[in-house]
Amino acid sequence: MSVLSTPAGIARAAVLDLSAPRARLRRERLFQAVLLGATLIALVVMLSLLFDVLGDGAGRIRTEFFTNYTSRRAEDTGIRTGLTGSLSLMVLVAGMTFPIGVGAGIYLEVFAPDNRFTRFMQVNIANLAGVPSVVYGLLAAAMFVYILNFGRTLISGALALTLLILPVIIVASREAIRAVPPSIFNGALALGATPWQATRKQVLPVAMPGVLTGTILALSRAVGETAPILVAGAVFSRRADNAPWDILEAFGALPVQVYDFIKRPQAEFQIEAAAAGIIVMLAVLLTMNSGAIILRNRYARQR
Amino acid sequence: MTTLSPVVTPAPDVSLAPRSNRYGERLILAVLWTFAAVSIATTLAIVFVLLEEGVKFFGNVSIVEFLTDTEWRPFGDPLSEGFRIGVLPLVSGTLLVTVIALSVAVPLGLASAAYLSEYAPARVRGVLKPMLEVLAGIPTVVLGYFALTLVTPALRTIFSPERISIFNALSAGLVVGIMIIPTVASLSEDALRAVPDGLRAASYGMGATKSVTIRRVLFPAALSGIVSAVILAMGRAIGETMIVAVAAGNLPTLTVNPGSQIQTMTGYIVQAVGGEASRGSLTYNSIFAIGIVLFLMTFALNIIANRIVRRFREAYE
Repeated sequence: MSVLSTPAGIARAAVLDLSAPRARLRRERLFQAVLLGATLIALVVMLSLLFDVLGDGAGRIRTEFFTNYTSRRAEDTGIRTGLTGSLSLMVLVAGMTFPIGVGAGIYLEVFAPDNRFTRFMQVNIANLAGVPSVVYGLLAAAMFVYILNFGRTLISGALALTLLILPVIIVASREAIRAVPPSIFNGALALGATPWQATRKQVLPVAMPGVLTGTILALSRAVGETAPILVAGAVFSRRADNAPWDILEAFGALPVQVYDFIKRPQAEFQIEAAAAGIIVMLAVLLTMNSGAIILRNRYARQR
Repeated sequence: MTTLSPVVTPAPDVSLAPRSNRYGERLILAVLWTFAAVSIATTLAIVFVLLEEGVKFFGNVSIVEFLTDTEWRPFGDPLSEGFRIGVLPLVSGTLLVTVIALSVAVPLGLASAAYLSEYAPARVRGVLKPMLEVLAGIPTVVLGYFALTLVTPALRTIFSPERISIFNALSAGLVVGIMIIPTVASLSEDALRAVPDGLRAASYGMGATKSVTIRRVLFPAALSGIVSAVILAMGRAIGETMIVAVAAGNLPTLTVNPGSQIQTMTGYIVQAVGGEASRGSLTYNSIFAIGIVLFLMTFALNIIANRIVRRFREAYE
């Protein structure tokens, strides 16, 4: 930094290439090409992954794959437990994170006084976002499974995922609320609304598309998370599907099912069934993300 | 008004205080505060369970042995010969994967950041950036599948099957590196964009080319933002679980050989939970002891990164 603080410093740092213009131009183009190439590597890797998964798993996508339970015989195995489990997890997690996350976002953005405690909350949320997801699994395994005695059940898994994505939803809600012009809030106050009335009737409707987009993206992260629910006790066997909506029963999830397939030694499981499971999972994620983008675009046009 | 006599009106019954106490409003505020406090409760709960269960582990085994022994086999009878509780192999496994991941993600991520911030036309950027975000959204168990079924076989062909075992640190590390590219790229791009245009103009004015400007003016000016991006990415690599659980193996090994099977701290947690670790057993408590080490490492990195970011923000305001 200190080098750049004076014009002379910038001059010393900058003027170093005194070669012929043509050679310079060649080097400039090469530099740009290398940067572009490096950017594309990650994307090429991603595309090759997609094609690989499609090639390995597309043949397995049949009706039975969705309706069968997991089986020792590879050709009969299915992801029913995972599908129902992920669906009920999703409903529970959405039902818990949305009010808590948006409520916390409203509090921090509209009501919180600017004091030490508020700043501590903010730093804490930033740090929570960096805690590895498997640690949320440990939290669930000790706190929900044993101390609160829920056992290795749907509610333990859902709580683990809820706490995991809560910081993401809080941050997204805060950004959406901050983007609403303060004049709307102040105008409502001037007309006699209470702060809460102004927030609920004026600010929130404007902020809602942003809030929903952030929530959907966070939920799509929760759909793909494996480690926390694995540690919290998710299973892949049929018994997890006995009562998929009972929050105090065993539960499964799509990514846990995929993990189980990958761990088996036979190629029909490890490669084909896992790939088919991954295709289903990616399709779900793609649907959710497109939904978020469509929502964002529709409301952006209306305004 | 024709009359000069004062108009006598009864004193108006006007008070500027709210007509009601607005208990509902206060109740709502209390509820919102409670929701915000959930995040603090979460942190406290994490610290509580890690200490509660982890400390039981150290009640049974020596902390010196935990930090210095070179083998990790916390299974079975604690008094038996095969029972060893040195955390070093797990830490070295985690660090090996992290170093490999960073050596992929730092150059590629910084190159992407420089390209997106300084070269890419708006239309190209509008395509590349969402694609990087999609990459960041791929579930890690999918990336683990990718490491095990695509990267490892490729590595075994390029080198030789004797030098690369079926489960190995290299394959897992490379894919963890791919996973954290978006983190490095997007935060570094923000840092590069925050550099005032005056510095660019000054550099061009002195006759510098674009590449020289990027390397010798923009990167140094954005250094603190870039460093914090790398530190955050490092924290994610240390905490990454599914890729290493699938592709790196289940054999705690104190080694720097990227071709050999290892186990990371996160990999051990998943493996031990999958086994018969009933509550109260030493194996169960060992999971939380590892959790403490993992939490402390990532927490320290987060705090450092946030510090650097905050200082960096002040630089140009």
